[in-house]
Amino acid sequence: MKETQAPPDQARRWQRFSPAERIARSMLAIVTAVAVVWSIKTIDIIPEFLYDAPEQTADLFKRMWPFDWGFYPKAVHDALIETFHIATLGTMLAIVLALPLSFLAARNFTKSPVLNFLAQFIFVSSRSVNSLIWALLFVAIFGPGALSGVLSIAFRSIGFIGKLFGEALEEAQRGPIEALTAAGAPRSMILAKGYWPQVEPAFWSVALLRWDINIRESAVLGLVGAGGIGVALDSALNNLYWDQVGLILAVIFLVVIATEIVTSTIRKRII
Amino acid sequence: MSLAASRPRPPAFPVNWPARLAWIGLALYALYATSILNLTWARFVVGLDNGAKFLDRMFPPNMQADKLELIGSGMLESIQIAVLATFFGVLLSLPLGLMAARNLAPGWLSWSARGLIAVLRSFHPVIVSILFVKAVGFGALAGILALIVSSMGFVSKLFAEVVEEMNAKQVEAVRATGANFWNVLIFAVMPQVMARFVGLSVYQLDSNLRNSTMVGIVGGGGIGAPLFTAYQRFDYDVVLTILICIIALIMLAEVVSGRIRRIFQ
Repeated sequence: MKETQAPPDQARRWQRFSPAERIARSMLAIVTAVAVVWSIKTIDIIPEFLYDAPEQTADLFKRMWPFDWGFYPKAVHDALIETFHIATLGTMLAIVLALPLSFLAARNFTKSPVLNFLAQFIFVSSRSVNSLIWALLFVAIFGPGALSGVLSIAFRSIGFIGKLFGEALEEAQRGPIEALTAAGAPRSMILAKGYWPQVEPAFWSVALLRWDINIRESAVLGLVGAGGIGVALDSALNNLYWDQVGLILAVIFLVVIATEIVTSTIRKRII
Repeated sequence: MSLAASRPRPPAFPVNWPARLAWIGLALYALYATSILNLTWARFVVGLDNGAKFLDRMFPPNMQADKLELIGSGMLESIQIAVLATFFGVLLSLPLGLMAARNLAPGWLSWSARGLIAVLRSFHPVIVSILFVKAVGFGALAGILALIVSSMGFVSKLFAEVVEEMNAKQVEAVRATGANFWNVLIFAVMPQVMARFVGLSVYQLDSNLRNSTMVGIVGGGGIGAPLFTAYQRFDYDVVLTILICIIALIMLAEVVSGRIRRIFQ
């Protein structure tokens, strides 16, 4: 928000935005209104389905409660552990793959525009494919199971971790690095003692944030066969066992809340 | 002189044992999890062979006119879902975020708003759309409702943080003139936080576009349904066409949202 001063002959007239900013803002408002109206007018909604929505919703909850507790030891527990491993291992694999790329992407570390662009391109393509779509591709290649889940979590996370960590690297101070260079330190030492201490907090915060997201995402990968609790959810849904569905949703909810508490505690401790 | 020389110099960088142990622990966990999940090199190699066949069936992308028409209408529906979900989700997050801000709302209100936000945030949009498909039937409406839920969770959480960080002096100044609650909101709070709120909304539009391509897998409308059908029929060339369309749309959205955010900064 820039405050622009009017020319001196009308010095008392203060305006918050320049004319160009105003035009841009009103254009945006108009475009938003047109997009919303167009979407409402043309979207395909079947109103007949809506008549019984309240009954359907009530029915949904009635069928969910009481939960089928016996299902937990049978199928949910192992799947839950598998989901946890998929999310964690996927995040770790993503970090291993993304770290070298983020050094390539950082313009102050790699002084080659071609390599910078190449790394950025890999990040953008990794991020524009949803983890569920990555899972579809990997299930087609490696077959259903946890391997596809780990790979899809990892490939979706490379772009996220690499982009944020690369930006942190670009913000690193030049001083310590120049001092190490002047002392004749080899490149590996400059990395370990010049860059790493500066970007370590950013590294951990990015890794924790992505791990938190990945726990949520790995819960749905099973819907397309990539392992974890989603497989149990999918079979319960297909069998219309809503009491099992309710149990699985409650378990996912608890795990997500627990993950959030754990990550925020660690973040407060080490960052 | 001789005394100083005989004493070994302390190392410039002492070993940080706790950090080293933590790294070893992480590496051991990785090995353990790999064995538990039964991820073996042999499976990976077999998969690579499959991958070659898979890529072979994907190329060239299917460009038949009837397929393109189907894909076009699916993409259009995904965009509509994203636009409507963002609009209504953001509209609802405005009051919810204000209610959750601890510097504006009384304690009981901000805690209950925070609880609601935590519930809204905890489920992946695809899971939420499963529930809405059961409640309101197959189609775009289920997807819209699901994405409204996730938009509210994300935008109102961050919006509440923005409101909590704002400058209290302007609020006090407006309040000192005898303004009532609504005037304080309009003249002291909103001018400070509006730019960040628009930024969050644009970010959410971006993320809703990504997710609106997904909700179709469970029946929530959009391009996800034709994608999943083509996948299950092994029409991998159609899958590739759809993927190219989705990636193009998302890259375009990223460029556009970057522009819009610059206007409002």
